Amino acid sequence: MRNPHRTQKIAFFLLFMATLLIVVPVGLIVVIIIQKGLPAINWQFLTDIPRQGMRAGGIFPAILGTIYLVTGAIIFALPIGLFAAIYLSEYSKDNILNRLIRLAIVNLAGVPSVVYGLFGLAIFVIFFKFGASILSGSLTLGIMILPIIITSSREALESVPQSFREVSLSLGASKWQTIRHIVLPNAIPGILTGTILGLGRAAGETAPILFTVAAFYLPQLPKSIFDQAMALPYHLYVISTQVPNVDEKIRYGTAFVLLALVLFMNLVAIIIRYKFRKKKKW
Amino acid sequence: MTGSMRKIKEFIVEKLILICGAASIFFVVLIFLFLLKEGLALFNIESPLKFLFGKSWYPISEPPKLGIFPLILGSLMVTAGAAIISIPIGVGCAIYIAEIAPAKTKEVLKAGIELLAAIPSVVLGFIGMVTLVPLVKTVFHLPTGLTALSGSIMLAFMAMPTIVSIAEDALYSVPKTYKEGALALGATHWQTIWRVMLPAASSGILAAVMLGIGRVIGETMAVMMITGNAAVIPQSILVPVRTLTATIAAEMGEAVVGSEHYFALFAIGIVLFIISFAINATADLFLHKRQ
Repeated sequence: MRNPHRTQKIAFFLLFMATLLIVVPVGLIVVIIIQKGLPAINWQFLTDIPRQGMRAGGIFPAILGTIYLVTGAIIFALPIGLFAAIYLSEYSKDNILNRLIRLAIVNLAGVPSVVYGLFGLAIFVIFFKFGASILSGSLTLGIMILPIIITSSREALESVPQSFREVSLSLGASKWQTIRHIVLPNAIPGILTGTILGLGRAAGETAPILFTVAAFYLPQLPKSIFDQAMALPYHLYVISTQVPNVDEKIRYGTAFVLLALVLFMNLVAIIIRYKFRKKKKW
Repeated sequence: MTGSMRKIKEFIVEKLILICGAASIFFVVLIFLFLLKEGLALFNIESPLKFLFGKSWYPISEPPKLGIFPLILGSLMVTAGAAIISIPIGVGCAIYIAEIAPAKTKEVLKAGIELLAAIPSVVLGFIGMVTLVPLVKTVFHLPTGLTALSGSIMLAFMAMPTIVSIAEDALYSVPKTYKEGALALGATHWQTIWRVMLPAASSGILAAVMLGIGRVIGETMAVMMITGNAAVIPQSILVPVRTLTATIAAEMGEAVVGSEHYFALFAIGIVLFIISFAINATADLFLHKRQ
């Protein structure tokens, strides 16, 4: 007869192994990149332009380009995303429109990143004639991170207790005043978390910027939003696959900077969420 | 501010909110329309059937051959491989986190999974290139390690965070009374998980698996960097393949705007959009059913 307790032991062991199979490789990836990338990092690497066909020098234009792109994306996506979240949390009723919006958000989140690239090329680069530029790339990335911002802002708004709203309304405040002065301030940590996660995603994505902004190599820094720019993830792709004989150190160094940037943002988001949870008064 | 001014201001703000609320619908429709606008032109030249089932993809030969069947097979093979690896491991890990891990470990594990989800795909591609690809080459004695198998393994890691977090949510939201009932009847913890919790959470777990697979089909950079990009019908999992996504990413830079090649790449975009729409809508249905 089968012993249920032995079966349980075997099953739990297998589940533990499954968990290790995920966690250990993740740890290894991070450790490898830190170990081999960190020695490449110095002031010159971070502030110099690439030299000798990207086989020497630094990655400053790529860092700067990524900062521009991420800033542009958030300027575009945050207001729309926040207002959309306010609509969903404060105004919408459980009707067909609400259901459609939900479906649209889910699908926006699921559209493959390279399809965003195609879309950005067709609409911003060609149709609106922005060309391959920081503007086109930022708008494309902005639409891509919209679902992240909407979903997390909505959760933050919905977690503000109903009684807060009722008290404010009963004191004669209008609906918008209530949202502006009561609901929003209480939801800011959650909104911030979502925004930072969106930033991290935008900083790391390559496929949407391939045809909308990214330049293989630029001799000078971009001067306006209508210029092309280099970007960290694309630069990593280029020096790992397109340029032969690049020093390992430069590749790992670039991967390290990109990973550090993205993980730092995620860490900040996690810390804000954690602190907020602890401080929550309700 | 006078009362009427305030009313006007609020009226405007509320209209703005409504407009932004509908923005996601607007953008989804806009994406689809622009893909159609650029992609449908292909079908003036090539029949949809020949496009989908044509066996050769030589976009710049004269005349161009624009059959994406090898690319579809490439995507399917890599995705199937990733699914076989990531589903058991992902669901197993979700059960471990939801049911077995102590509270402290649970927090650490969840943070680890979030970490994995945050690693940019180009970084995973890079790591795959320098670690996994040489490994696959040596283990299987192949001329190159850039194979469908390498792609599958790497993509499995991109599917896992999605599978783990959504499946864990699904398990977590099974009513506590189910579990207590089973335990009170003398079932072991594992019997409770296997016979009660998993069936109760099945639709959520199914949704988790679908969303994980959706993520894999749409993944571009890592797959382009480690699958070898050979647009031929793959005979085994140990040869280079090329996926739908990688084809767009690799070739759009060189395609002349308005050429057949350009239209064909957008047509591939339409195919990908429809696949991801179908997967996400269905998964959402499963998630909704659970609630």
